Amino acid sequence: MKKIKCECGHVNPEGTVLCEACGKPIEGNQHIDGNKKDSLLNMRYEGSARRSQTYNRSIVDKVWNFFSSVKVGVWLIIITLVASSLGTIFPQEMYIPPGANPVTFYEDQYGLAGKIYYQLGFHNLYSSLWFMMMIALIGVSLVICSIDRVVPLHRALKKQKPKRHHTFLKRQRIFGETKANVDMDAFKSNLHKNRYKVREQEGHILAEKGRFSRWGPYVNHIGLIIFLLGALLRFLPSMYIDDFVWIREGETEVVPSTGGKYYVKNEDFILENYDPQEDKRFQEALMNQNVPVASNYQTNAVIYERTNNDVVGAEPELKVLSREKIVVNEPAKFGGFALYQSSFQLDEFSSMSFTLHETGDESAVLGKFTVDLTAPKMEYKLDSGARVVIDEYFPEYYMDGNQPRSKSKFPKNPAFVFYVYPPDGGEPEVSFAGIGMNIDPTNENDYKLNLAGFDTRDVTGLAVKKDYTLPFMGVGGLIFMIGVIQGMYWNHRRIWLQPTEDGVWIAGHTNKNWYGLKRDIEKSIQDTGIEMPEDQQQLKG
Amino acid sequence: MGDLVTISSNLLYASFFFYLIATFFFGGTIRNEKTGNRGKASTIGISLTIAGFITQLGYFFTRWVASQHAPVSNLFEFTTFFGMMLVMAFIIIYFIYRLDVIGLFALPIALLIIAYASMFPREISPLVPSLKSHWLYIHVTTAAVGEAILAISFVAGLIFLIRQIDQTKSSKHTFWLEFVIYSIFSTLGFIIMTTTFGAMDYQAQFQAPVEEQIVNVEYEMPAIAGPNGGELQTEGAMQPVFEAPGWMRGQDAARKFNTLIWSLLSGLVLYGIVRLLLRKRVAAALQPKLKKFNPDLIDEVSYRAVSIGFPVFTLGAIIFAMIWAQEAWNRFWGWDPKEVWALITWLFYAFFLHLRLSRGWHGTKSAWLAVGGFAIIMFNLIAVNLVIAGLHSYA
Repeated sequence: MKKIKCECGHVNPEGTVLCEACGKPIEGNQHIDGNKKDSLLNMRYEGSARRSQTYNRSIVDKVWNFFSSVKVGVWLIIITLVASSLGTIFPQEMYIPPGANPVTFYEDQYGLAGKIYYQLGFHNLYSSLWFMMMIALIGVSLVICSIDRVVPLHRALKKQKPKRHHTFLKRQRIFGETKANVDMDAFKSNLHKNRYKVREQEGHILAEKGRFSRWGPYVNHIGLIIFLLGALLRFLPSMYIDDFVWIREGETEVVPSTGGKYYVKNEDFILENYDPQEDKRFQEALMNQNVPVASNYQTNAVIYERTNNDVVGAEPELKVLSREKIVVNEPAKFGGFALYQSSFQLDEFSSMSFTLHETGDESAVLGKFTVDLTAPKMEYKLDSGARVVIDEYFPEYYMDGNQPRSKSKFPKNPAFVFYVYPPDGGEPEVSFAGIGMNIDPTNENDYKLNLAGFDTRDVTGLAVKKDYTLPFMGVGGLIFMIGVIQGMYWNHRRIWLQPTEDGVWIAGHTNKNWYGLKRDIEKSIQDTGIEMPEDQQQLKG
Repeated sequence: MGDLVTISSNLLYASFFFYLIATFFFGGTIRNEKTGNRGKASTIGISLTIAGFITQLGYFFTRWVASQHAPVSNLFEFTTFFGMMLVMAFIIIYFIYRLDVIGLFALPIALLIIAYASMFPREISPLVPSLKSHWLYIHVTTAAVGEAILAISFVAGLIFLIRQIDQTKSSKHTFWLEFVIYSIFSTLGFIIMTTTFGAMDYQAQFQAPVEEQIVNVEYEMPAIAGPNGGELQTEGAMQPVFEAPGWMRGQDAARKFNTLIWSLLSGLVLYGIVRLLLRKRVAAALQPKLKKFNPDLIDEVSYRAVSIGFPVFTLGAIIFAMIWAQEAWNRFWGWDPKEVWALITWLFYAFFLHLRLSRGWHGTKSAWLAVGGFAIIMFNLIAVNLVIAGLHSYA
């Protein structure tokens, strides 16, 4: 490395634009920061030697330089921004109606545009490889950008001396000459009053405040990196679990993804709607809306912990851990897991009762039986000696063409094909019965099954979550906020004063808020005889 | 209880008039040839603004008491609150920079926003279970404050552009600046049309096929674009000029499209009248009045507003939003359209802040970016709620 020795005696690293100690422009390096002769100096990174601006030989240099460019970073942001917006044109796959087939859904709903959207993979944009690559590239850019700048910047700010080269002062945006005797003590005490740290060297003054705000951008970048790493950790199964369980009222289920350690019982699911009569506040809105508005979804649950080992065949021994009212916004939390009120199914059929009659004579009951829909028996023996055998069971019946089928295994619309064996033991008859229907396929049956009643119960859907990445996200977010506030709500302001033969020179610099700096200078030069310096970079109006 | 609601809405009307009168006083400061900002008109202007703000706070808290939840739960309440925060952001910036001209532009925009809000249903609405949380007001209010401060950067950017852009010849700059002004006229057009037809109690009913079912579609403005395949049921109502294209889905799509057409047309008429009266570009007519202001200072206000607003926006619209989403929907981020557009807004302002690091991105370019940022915020407020439905749709 070629060191550069400045006339002030300070040794600068290769690639330095402005001497770290006195600020004198180093000849031959001015193009790096785009400084033109006699124009204002580019003070962005104090003219310090940045790796990216110094070396460009090896592959490593080239990669480093690519990622440390603000221009590249800005392009990465723009591409991500535009890509994100494209993903909102049509709904993402996770928001299309449950059960819809994405292959046909997009074309059916949105025509050709929808088809293209689907084929380009925009229906799953945010989990696509290339979108994640963009985020990863932004992450890399954040790291390299920050290291490239923060190290030399820190060095330059540490090495700066109050005594600056005269060209440095002259080529600051705020600069002024005073040709008169000035009151230095008043100036210094004014600066102190404005909370500046004042350093002096051979009559030269450097007043500085808010230097820590220069680290704000790097602090917030660290926060972002921690946040992104936290997001990456979600791909580890031990860090992040996302599962779901349906539980019928009165039933107890093992909480999935807990290794059989926890069980949960649904004692009651409650759905409450706003009542326009009772709640006068919302009467007008509810009347206008005309559909019931839910006020509460709640599962009264009992959480159990298994106390014996999970051996195949062994009945679990359960100990009550807690009783919870799980409502939206108030999940139940236990052992690192959380249960969220997430979905429900009202009035699922739990059992159906049938009576058997002779066709055309409903007065004499030849027997009654009840089918438990969660565990239907194969055969029901009736008092009269008749037998009913379940041939087929459709928990959620629908007609697919002319073929009866079931949409799911949940008893939402149960229907049966029964074989009815008469009391005298003759040939069986086929009967088809469900909710609101009773079909005799041959029209020659001697016996008829009637629906005598049914029971329903609610089902609650609870999301099971374990997320150990949240602390990372939290810490990342917190550090980001600290950094962004540090960088935005404070400014790094400096005022230099240099004695000349017939008076003083004064110059000022700030990283933002020039208006504030000017006001500080105004206050500091009061009653000192120093003239207000000029802003050399007014936009021409 | 009913009384409190009446008091509340009267307070809102009152604040509206305070802002309106304050605007005229800030207008008065422009005529003053001297650059001195401490004129009488200025003092009266800011006093009226503060009075209006306090009155509107009165609206906010009386409504809170009446509804027993923070009134930021539907489109009317949120947008009104956003207008109020815009005024607050202006007051803060006023006391930093003492620039009357910011008030002259910020207050009319706040007025438009509050008037726009009033076009939506104003009844107190019940909270669905997912909104029942303290995070409702923590997240929503902070996000609104952040967006309002960012909006001040738009106001300053707009002033900068009107002052700085060369009006002697027509260019891309003059075209887009007129376009921004036209958009503001269209918002006004929307408000005038909605109010006029609302006062006339105009109604036209259609029967139209939606998702393979015939449904009733009600229009509250004469149908320029009728529902696709729709049949007019109301006698004496205007026959649609044309039908909305078939790819617009949903029961309300055609009606919203029709409202948009009315807004754009009435905006065009308003803009046309003003343009005819002025006989030059609207911005060109305004330019001489703004010449006395220092463009550097206006540019700095614009940047300053972003640097103050960005952290607040991050906290409210990203971080608090994530915390609440984690509690309510058990995932802190779900790529819901509103979330994505909040991220886009955030990325856009991050982009803005990074560009300020480069030379040549001060002044005009930066002002255009401030305008673009506001366009994104408005898109998220209006289009994402009304067009792209998602979990956040209130209306």
